[in-house]
Amino acid sequence: MISESTRIKMRELAGRYPNSRSALLPMLHLVQAEEDEVTTEGIAACAQELEITQAEVTAVATFYTMYKHSPVGKHHIGVCINTMCGLLGGDAVYQRVAERLGASHNGPSADGNFWLERIECQAACTHAPVMTVDWEFMDDVTPQSAVDVIDKLVAGEEVWSTRGPMIRDFQATEHTLGMAEDDLATVGNCVDEKMLAGLKIAKSGAQNS
Amino acid sequence: MTITNHPDTSTPKTVESVNVTIDGVEMEVPKGTLVIRAAEQIGIEIPRFCDHPLLAPVAACRACLIEIDGVPKPQPACAQVLSEGMNVRTQRSSEVARIAQEGVMEFLLVNHPLDCPVCDKGGECPLQNQAMSVGRPESRFEGEKRTFPKPINVNAEVLLDRERCVSCARCTRFAEEIAGDPSLELLERGAQQQVGTANDEPFDSYFSGNVVQICPVGALTSASYRFRSRPFDLISVPTTCEHCASGCSLRTDNRRGTVTRRLAWEDPEVNEDWNCDKGRFAFAYLNSGRIESPLIRENGELRTASWPEAMHVAAAGLTAASESAVLIGGRATVEDAYAYAKFARVVLASDNIDFRARATSDEEVGFLAAHVAGKKLDVSYADIESASQVALVAFEPEDESPILLLRLRKAAKKGVAIHSVGSVYSLGSEKISASWVKAQAGSEATAIAGLDLDSNSIILVGERAANSQGALTAVSEIAAKTGAKIAWVPRRAGERGALDAGALAGLLPGGRPIADPTARDHIAQAWNVEATSLPTVGRSGNELIEAIASGAVQAVITAGVDPADMPNGDALVTGIENADFVVALENHHSAITERASVVFPVAVVTEKSGSFMNWEGRAQPFSAAFREALTLSDAGVLSMLASAMDKELTGDTRALRKELNSIGVWGGERAGMHQVSAPVSEGTTLATWRLLIDSGVMQEGEPHLAATARPSVAGVGADLFEQLGQPEAITVTGPKGSITLPAAVMNIVTDTVWLPMNSSESHIYAQLGCGYGDAVSVKGGAA
Amino acid sequence: MKLTPVITEHWDDPELYTLDGYKRHGGYIALEKALKEDPDTIIATVKDSGLRGRGGAGFPTGLKWSFVPQNDGKPHYLVVNADESEPGACKDIPIMMANPHSLLEGVIISSFAIRAHHAFIYIRGEVPQAIRKVAYAVKQAREAGLIGKNIQGSGFDLEVTVHAGAGAYICGEETALLDSLEGYRGQPRLKPPFPAVAGLYASPTVINNVETIANIPYIVDRGVEWFRQFGTEKSPGFKVFSVSGHVQRPGIYEAPLGITMRELLDYAGGMRPGAELKFWIPGGSSVPMLTAEHLDLPLTYEAMAEAGTMLGTGTPMVFDQTVSVVKAVTRWLEFYKHESCGKCTPCREGTYWITGVLEKFEHGHGTESEMETLTTLCGQIAGRSFCALGDAAATPYPAAMKYFSDEFTAATHTSADEQFDPIASYVFSGANVQ
Repeated sequence: MISESTRIKMRELAGRYPNSRSALLPMLHLVQAEEDEVTTEGIAACAQELEITQAEVTAVATFYTMYKHSPVGKHHIGVCINTMCGLLGGDAVYQRVAERLGASHNGPSADGNFWLERIECQAACTHAPVMTVDWEFMDDVTPQSAVDVIDKLVAGEEVWSTRGPMIRDFQATEHTLGMAEDDLATVGNCVDEKMLAGLKIAKSGAQNS
Repeated sequence: MTITNHPDTSTPKTVESVNVTIDGVEMEVPKGTLVIRAAEQIGIEIPRFCDHPLLAPVAACRACLIEIDGVPKPQPACAQVLSEGMNVRTQRSSEVARIAQEGVMEFLLVNHPLDCPVCDKGGECPLQNQAMSVGRPESRFEGEKRTFPKPINVNAEVLLDRERCVSCARCTRFAEEIAGDPSLELLERGAQQQVGTANDEPFDSYFSGNVVQICPVGALTSASYRFRSRPFDLISVPTTCEHCASGCSLRTDNRRGTVTRRLAWEDPEVNEDWNCDKGRFAFAYLNSGRIESPLIRENGELRTASWPEAMHVAAAGLTAASESAVLIGGRATVEDAYAYAKFARVVLASDNIDFRARATSDEEVGFLAAHVAGKKLDVSYADIESASQVALVAFEPEDESPILLLRLRKAAKKGVAIHSVGSVYSLGSEKISASWVKAQAGSEATAIAGLDLDSNSIILVGERAANSQGALTAVSEIAAKTGAKIAWVPRRAGERGALDAGALAGLLPGGRPIADPTARDHIAQAWNVEATSLPTVGRSGNELIEAIASGAVQAVITAGVDPADMPNGDALVTGIENADFVVALENHHSAITERASVVFPVAVVTEKSGSFMNWEGRAQPFSAAFREALTLSDAGVLSMLASAMDKELTGDTRALRKELNSIGVWGGERAGMHQVSAPVSEGTTLATWRLLIDSGVMQEGEPHLAATARPSVAGVGADLFEQLGQPEAITVTGPKGSITLPAAVMNIVTDTVWLPMNSSESHIYAQLGCGYGDAVSVKGGAA
Repeated sequence: MKLTPVITEHWDDPELYTLDGYKRHGGYIALEKALKEDPDTIIATVKDSGLRGRGGAGFPTGLKWSFVPQNDGKPHYLVVNADESEPGACKDIPIMMANPHSLLEGVIISSFAIRAHHAFIYIRGEVPQAIRKVAYAVKQAREAGLIGKNIQGSGFDLEVTVHAGAGAYICGEETALLDSLEGYRGQPRLKPPFPAVAGLYASPTVINNVETIANIPYIVDRGVEWFRQFGTEKSPGFKVFSVSGHVQRPGIYEAPLGITMRELLDYAGGMRPGAELKFWIPGGSSVPMLTAEHLDLPLTYEAMAEAGTMLGTGTPMVFDQTVSVVKAVTRWLEFYKHESCGKCTPCREGTYWITGVLEKFEHGHGTESEMETLTTLCGQIAGRSFCALGDAAATPYPAAMKYFSDEFTAATHTSADEQFDPIASYVFSGANVQ
């Protein structure tokens, strides 16, 4: 069921673009924010708001991998297994996390609270191996630190992204993506030592000539 | 595979051209020509899958890679525009192109199953053929092919075997670009990419069968043809569609005396490469439920009779009558209609003849005489694309002439302004980006008068205009005022031809007024009779039906008439019941054969040759699909009947056609229109027309097609819907009774309710006893 | 060669992402200057600077801008390609997280130059942290009158829309990005028409990478001469290099173009203890790999091309002797297969086929003849696919065969994991491994 408040947001999104159809990707994120997946009702709502066919929406909803077609649960866990992360230890991280969750690639955990995905390059190769929780960065993970994160999430403890805010849940992130903003820009660390690696050397004067 | 062999006639002579070389052949082509098209002209076939001459190039399949001197990478011939001096080398003269094509072909077969022996496409498959011509002898692929569960329905009539799909996207592009029904889409991505629909919305299109035909592999098949035949066992005959006045060229495939399928046949001037689903799938009626021998009524019961006996009885009955009439439905071929027209005047000595087995008006007779009869190709499909504006009057092209809708879409994309004058702004109107000139059903005249047309405008008038008093007068007046051209688009395939053949009281062949002495002389000479022997103006339309009902007309010949199609059908049935003598020429039983004195079985379109004249006035000839058929055409029966009545009338189609052509069209003065003024409408009026896929008798026997019909609903505008209290169902009541259907909010003018004319649970004449533009009462809920 | 932090210069200021923080370091002075100029002058400046696109192709930015027809009566659009997804590339996301205003100021100036009144920043959906930072910058800029109507009294209007993608590498291809931004499947478009003539909503559109646009304020503020003191004639300026892999200090190093990989490696502290370099890739998995013998080549567009590779995104990945090339290549092909959009046959079917064969090699079940097959299959994709994704997919295997064919030969009987203990290449060790 797509609520009226989501529909109002969908219309706001449609108004941001010279051509309303541009709002389709964000609108599908909003569907996931509300439904925890892209449901048939959500597809119908997007089609209705944009005056396009459900097939046109389905075509888009099945093309992009961030849209899921069964409930994700509370948290989406991504482990990068592309060459850099995978070979630097992401493979081991993925294996441990999969065992911990009782999940396999692109599927739910045994209890339905988590969704596990082998993700492709997350543009954080300097921080390999990389994991994401609800798409927030968990940099430089080890199998143990990854499982610790899962354990904390299971226990309902606070978990902070290594370069980002406190973890909320999958649907909250999807809302951020849908509206392309939230009020979390000012919290959490976002620049770390690795991003400052060159700058530090330059400023220290320890430069080659 | 579609190859256009004909030069593009629409290209003006002054077009700039470029000199190019393809495989060493120097040629001059118009600027903008694609490599693949130019190569076809010199007989070089470059392999292709995604390419289709009527779809925008996408260069997706890469099967057509060719080499161009000076260009480092091979380029797709389907998207490569030729420029001056370009030297193109195809697989015939370039090793690079040959290897590139071979590579793509090998890739295409990676995930394509080798199930040709059980695939409908086997034997006529572009993938199979091109794999043989440009592919490797053997694939090196040893992995596992992608599989999907076996076929899924994209709609009730079209099935999809996803594993066979090569992602050429012809079908999805057709749906979006041509049909305007983007409910068939590519889903997923990469190797998992597949064609499909939304979870709970089928591929809803009147044109869905075309995707089966243009699929270059066996991914899309039709439920009606699946596993029915192998292409090489079929006999193919070019035919013309008998369902509507669009005049589509078709190909009828048959096997052992049975039609197995029908396809669109390329006809650039008419249907291009397309046809509608009715034309494609509605042919089961040809084979079943036929009347097999002559019947005569004896002691109130029909019994089988020999041809000579039936002829004798019929001739005697007709001869005895002092006044006779001929009623032919709108489905006769030009040649058969001409035979009826001549039979009435020469054999029956009567001008009582009408081809309009539907709602009619005298205003319409005047309009047809003044603006339509004998005017051939005054407005053509091509003209629509180059018009400044096109106004649609009482005409719903998507339902009533679907191929015309496609041409209107093309025109709209080119910037032609289209106006829909009427009470309903339909999905079809949206597809042609029409502006809506609102008018109450039955009161279109005022809105027509207000159109701002010019001399490059076209007015397309539907047959329902006959129900809108003053509308045809208004059309005539605005055309005179602005110079806009008029084209009349009847619904049935035979109406336009029957009009020109002289099958309407007052009009002899070629649009000749029967009251005009010169016209009478022409015809008398052609028919080898005395002009004085030709009858004077007879009865038509409602007057004729009333004369039959009242007994003033004592003998009637009917052909292809179903009283259920007529607002005064009850009166006709009573008249038939009471008439002294009725001869019916039919292929299926009807309310009339049940009451006729003599019934003659006649051929259906597959059993005879002939032609249908489409709305343009273009004669579209066809030959018999089954040459060995023993059934007689209507003209053949009439010929025998004439000789039984000591008159002479040829029954030979070719001779009839020749005779009609030699008579030619009327060049003399046309009768002016009898002016009719517009009525003032009050209360709620009924808007209605026949949906393309409905309860029509010629659609019987094809359940898959029937399942694609649009739902029967009662449509009202948002305001009336609110007034009625947002009901789930709406009941519409006319003089005879009521119809209750699920309510639907549509774009409809205030005080109008829309019902399908002849769909499930909605048979307007039978249930309501009134028709288009008539006053009805409306309420929410059931009756 | 010295590191030259420009875009990254103030990243150590935790407030840099705010408008005040950015302004403290001279932010938006370039915009003030630009708005007083004629737009054509800015296009000329960017042209003269020789700035080349930082997204991978290295097309001259000013030239791209100059293709936009002026006075055509159509709306113009600027679209920022922030879909950074190339394996190995991680410099745009850090720029957006640390210094979003440098991007935004560049967006405003660039839009002004090409006469666009609506700019879009298309950020891949998987990085909410980058999205919220850029959105926050847009919000603050709007509140400060730097975006909106009549910017700083100049009469120039600009709307900026931040747009999240939804997971598709192909959307980094500029025409696929446009389709995606229009709400369609992100499949590349047939060219011509080129986006400069008919791009977003069929209107003239410039699409530039994040880092490219982030360069603009500095060029406008400090001038062509200043910019050209860095780099070479054909590759002027500086570059945000991300160095990843088996190095001591993976991270961001901003340096002039023309710096060598050996120098960058030194800054990154060299290889991790006990490691020696096996191969490296200058700019994402889509460009051919190099080895130690190429360490002294200048990292410029021209020198990399001469060495048979490309500068690409300028984000070197470094691998040591513990890495199985067979496994690395297989993983990349799995990526390309996963990301192939499906539009064209060679890429769609080719990545499917090649990946299957490579996986056999990874498990030690390849055959000699399949090595030959793989070579020809890559040849059937390269230069035949619809867009560069196919070309990219056809790159790793032939490049790897150039230096490490013996590993593939070995993979006809020995699996990658038997050839190279996977644990040895992990960056963690001991108890952390399990």
